[in-house]
Amino acid sequence: MTNNHNQPSDNPASKNSRADKNSCAGISLTAVSLRYEGKYLFKELQLDLPQGQCSALLGPSGVGKSSLLRLIAGLQPFEPSGRVIIGKNQAQLPGHLSTEIAYMAQQDLLLPWLNALDNVTLGARLRRQRPDHARARDLLRRVGLADYERALPATLSGGMRQRVALARTLMEDRPIILMDEPFSALDAITRLRLQELAAKLLRGRTILLVTHDPLEALRISQRIFIMSGRPARLSEARLPEGKTPRDPADTALLADHAELLHRLRAADGDSAPGVEP
Amino acid sequence: MRFLRPLIIIAGLVLIWQIIIWLSNVPHFILPAPARVAEAWWVHHATILGHASVTLLEIALGLMFGALLGALSALALAYFRPARRWLLPVLVASQAIPVFALAPILVLWLGYGIASKVAMATLIIYFPVATSFYDGLRRTEPGWTDLARTMGASRWVLLTRIRVPAALPALASGLRVATAVAPIGAVVGEWVGASAGLGYLMLHANGRVQIDLMFAALLTLAFFAVIIYFIVDTSLRRALPWQPDKLPTEQEE
Repeated sequence: MTNNHNQPSDNPASKNSRADKNSCAGISLTAVSLRYEGKYLFKELQLDLPQGQCSALLGPSGVGKSSLLRLIAGLQPFEPSGRVIIGKNQAQLPGHLSTEIAYMAQQDLLLPWLNALDNVTLGARLRRQRPDHARARDLLRRVGLADYERALPATLSGGMRQRVALARTLMEDRPIILMDEPFSALDAITRLRLQELAAKLLRGRTILLVTHDPLEALRISQRIFIMSGRPARLSEARLPEGKTPRDPADTALLADHAELLHRLRAADGDSAPGVEP
Repeated sequence: MRFLRPLIIIAGLVLIWQIIIWLSNVPHFILPAPARVAEAWWVHHATILGHASVTLLEIALGLMFGALLGALSALALAYFRPARRWLLPVLVASQAIPVFALAPILVLWLGYGIASKVAMATLIIYFPVATSFYDGLRRTEPGWTDLARTMGASRWVLLTRIRVPAALPALASGLRVATAVAPIGAVVGEWVGASAGLGYLMLHANGRVQIDLMFAALLTLAFFAVIIYFIVDTSLRRALPWQPDKLPTEQEE
């Protein structure tokens, strides 16, 4: 990791170039730069995410993970020199919203005045379309909330609320899903269950998952990127073979977990102010 | 206990009032005893209630117009950027003029009838409603806005389906404040120039040293003000059932 420090920051960040197989690309970022209060959060960032895979994005707080996610979602304007290509579309304009992306945030973002079913069908209501209640009910059943369609969010537990949010994300039926620490507010067991549920229900879609939890990344993603430094760079971490969700007791996974933790610690030192490498 | 408690409070206040009379021995034309006021109320109750109905109508109309205008201004401010730049300074500056100073002008323009009092009440209600609703509209949870935008919501839909419902609790607190100050607008208008209303009756009774009648009118006004507040507060709670009433730390005993 330390060899990064001597490099000027305009070095394309994704050192791992095995992403060339993405001819039918999921998400492709080229030379994307973002400034915050005059300083570059990241500069000429390169990232290619192949279609149909789950990629995790780890890194210290404040490094710009959420900003990167919001940028891909079209919620965060960036410098015009960069290009973001989503799906089969041509280059996105900065700040342009793609219709292929569903966004799932850290909080469940359920509207407190709507019941679970109406929250799940929110997208259709916002586009002034007729909500497909049958499908929404089916999705609520698949996340295990069949009996709660009339419940207001305030009456549901944190885990149940996040499951409603998952059903709402699935209801949008977009090929690309961006998740910003979607399970971070949950207790360990609920988180484990929801990770499995999400991995099962979202299989086949292109997912970019921002997370603080290395174990979560190791369990449900096919690729792991570590974001660190300022301007931030991306590097890829090793992952066990096999299909997801992986067993948390798997020894290969545990070994990779230890290595990942080690690298994250180094990355945190990286971005800590005033610390010389 | 819910209905008993207010009665106990009222009884306590009346008792304190009576004790002050006993102790200080003030003449009845300075502070009449509760029994005298009750008697005056009973003798003049038809007159008092007749004037009260005028004041109540002024308050109700003022609340309606003030709330409507305030809510519409807040929506315009939230939706149109030029409105923010041009209207907001005017709105804030308008509050520098005391409404009481406007009362004589309003009476001059709109006459001694009900219109000038409704205008007064509207003016006094408008500001708390507009500012609290606008504040609520500005403070939409950014996550909700992001989510709605990724779902393809237009600005208008975002306003009507997300920002307005999210700002309703703020509008409700504005309306509560407005309800509390609404009688002030009506009564001040009546003091300046009127031919009917509780404010007029009080001024009239004061001029003829019928202090007991004045107190009876004042207490009637207070009674109706509390009733109106209670009605508005209860209906707002019913209308916004998702709005938590209590902080988590002060649950039911």
